[in-house]
Amino acid sequence: MSQLVLFNLFNGLITGAFYALMALGLSLILNLSGVINFAHGGFLALGGFLAYTIMPYVGFWGALAIAPVLTAIIGIVLEQLLIRRVYGRDPLYSLLLTFGLAFVLEDVTRLIWGAQSVPFQVPSYLASPVSLDYFFLTGYRLFMVVLVLAAVTALFVILTRTRLGLRIRAGTLDLETVSVLGVNVRSLRTLNFGLGIYLAGLAGVLAAGLLGLQPTIGASLIMPSFVAIIVGGLGSLPGTLLGGLLIGIASGLTTVFWPSATEAVIYVMMGLVLLLRPSGLLGEQGRLH
Amino acid sequence: MRHVSGILVTVLIWAVLITVPYWLPLAGGYTSLGTRVVILGLAAMSVNFLLGFTGVLSFGHAAYFGLGAYGVGLTIKYLADSTPLALLAGMTLGTIAGMLIGALIIKLRGVYFAMVTIAFGQVFYFIAFRWHEVTGGDDGLSGWKRAPLELGSLKVDILGDETAFYYFTLVCFAIAAAIMAILLRSPFGRTLIAIRENERRTRFLGVPVEQHIWLSFVISCLFVSLAGGLFALVNNFADPRMLRWDQSGNFVIMAVLGGMRSFWGPLAGALIFVVLQDYLSSMTENWMSFIGIFFMAVVLFFPRGLVGMIRRKSMA
Repeated sequence: MSQLVLFNLFNGLITGAFYALMALGLSLILNLSGVINFAHGGFLALGGFLAYTIMPYVGFWGALAIAPVLTAIIGIVLEQLLIRRVYGRDPLYSLLLTFGLAFVLEDVTRLIWGAQSVPFQVPSYLASPVSLDYFFLTGYRLFMVVLVLAAVTALFVILTRTRLGLRIRAGTLDLETVSVLGVNVRSLRTLNFGLGIYLAGLAGVLAAGLLGLQPTIGASLIMPSFVAIIVGGLGSLPGTLLGGLLIGIASGLTTVFWPSATEAVIYVMMGLVLLLRPSGLLGEQGRLH
Repeated sequence: MRHVSGILVTVLIWAVLITVPYWLPLAGGYTSLGTRVVILGLAAMSVNFLLGFTGVLSFGHAAYFGLGAYGVGLTIKYLADSTPLALLAGMTLGTIAGMLIGALIIKLRGVYFAMVTIAFGQVFYFIAFRWHEVTGGDDGLSGWKRAPLELGSLKVDILGDETAFYYFTLVCFAIAAAIMAILLRSPFGRTLIAIRENERRTRFLGVPVEQHIWLSFVISCLFVSLAGGLFALVNNFADPRMLRWDQSGNFVIMAVLGGMRSFWGPLAGALIFVVLQDYLSSMTENWMSFIGIFFMAVVLFFPRGLVGMIRRKSMA
């Protein structure tokens, strides 16, 4: 029994790490540009499939390094062509635009790579269990947790220690002042969007190794990412991280006791948070807009 | 002058709607296509009650649409073989859910409101998807049929006769549309528009803004669940995909496409959307891409919708 609990707890932690990685990218874009990127899941799938395609040439590690960058580049191109046009307009329009983009990305992915799930091989030294007693602790799962931790740390270092990060954080608080101070807001938003999409691409490669690849993989991960942002608190990146991990663990533990409520439990959590603390766990009071 | 042309448009719309079974087959359509347009038009108009006339962006109305559908299906399958009773049950289910969720979210605004409504919508999707014994899970809820109407001695066979069923949905549509129109003309409706235009000022006038938004949300959920119930009756089938977030997006795009500032606009949006989807899914496997591109085109080129464009032209 305790092993079962531990297994699902660990599973939940990994799922939570995914949600967090995806939700952090969403949060970055939402905080600076006020755009809810519905197409985030589409970019995640794209990252996974790009890694799948280039892996025969550059190997797993090469794919892990290159595919998220390629995804970010595609993201930046689409931002320039489409998403940039709805900045500053009613959120309704950015929602509908990225909603349409999500449809197109999923369909294009299906057109190129097919509707069937494709296998994604991780190196065998990563795939084997670390210990026989805890068979579920494969190297790949541990590696994922470490990598997500590293990515999140790097993100927070960028945001707190670099000029770009400083500008992103300042822009989140008051974009107009940042613009008046001589920062090119347009390229700041573009870079920030690229950073968010990079995280989606990275999550895509990791998800491919764990869950296998199909075009709908992103669509199934996007809703929990929304919940992670709401639970953690709108406008707070540490909150988003916490929210992601919490809902992952909650759904992992629910699997042990009531498997059919695995998905629903996170929405119940969201309802509770909204009831008790409408601005989210780490969100600032009064920032509900 | 404006008043007269408004009445004229309304008369014209009703004339077209009432004669659908006579001209639609001649135009190469089939009656149930008209039924679907009317039902989805009602859904889009209900969403627009909130979106266009209260200025609140809900992106999760598929939840209440789907609850209406499942309410109807479950009632006929397990409780009572009566179409009106089933519709009533579906509306009750959707409205109660709207009341509860509405109470949780009325303090939120803008992007945050949209995000929370989307996320809450998914709960019902997962319930319908997972609770296989009752809801049929992924396969949907089938094995039931809409019951013929019995009004005293008068029997209307809405099951076998597509035309009769069309008129049945049109009557439901007319009642719902009339109630919404009356509400919008009442002081309550004017207050909603005031909230849309300037929430802070309305609040300073002593209007309890949260209560008004909550009530508008609940009314909107009530009529969208009626639409969902009727939609389930079309094919005698409730599908978990009726509850999913992409369905919510469809309602919003219908409202935007037709024109959010207009009462009838969403009906026009529904017409275009249904015909387009019907045509595309019969033409190509990649209809999803076309629908996606269509969404983006509407946002980039027709943000005011059809009615907005016509009004602008006539003003110039």
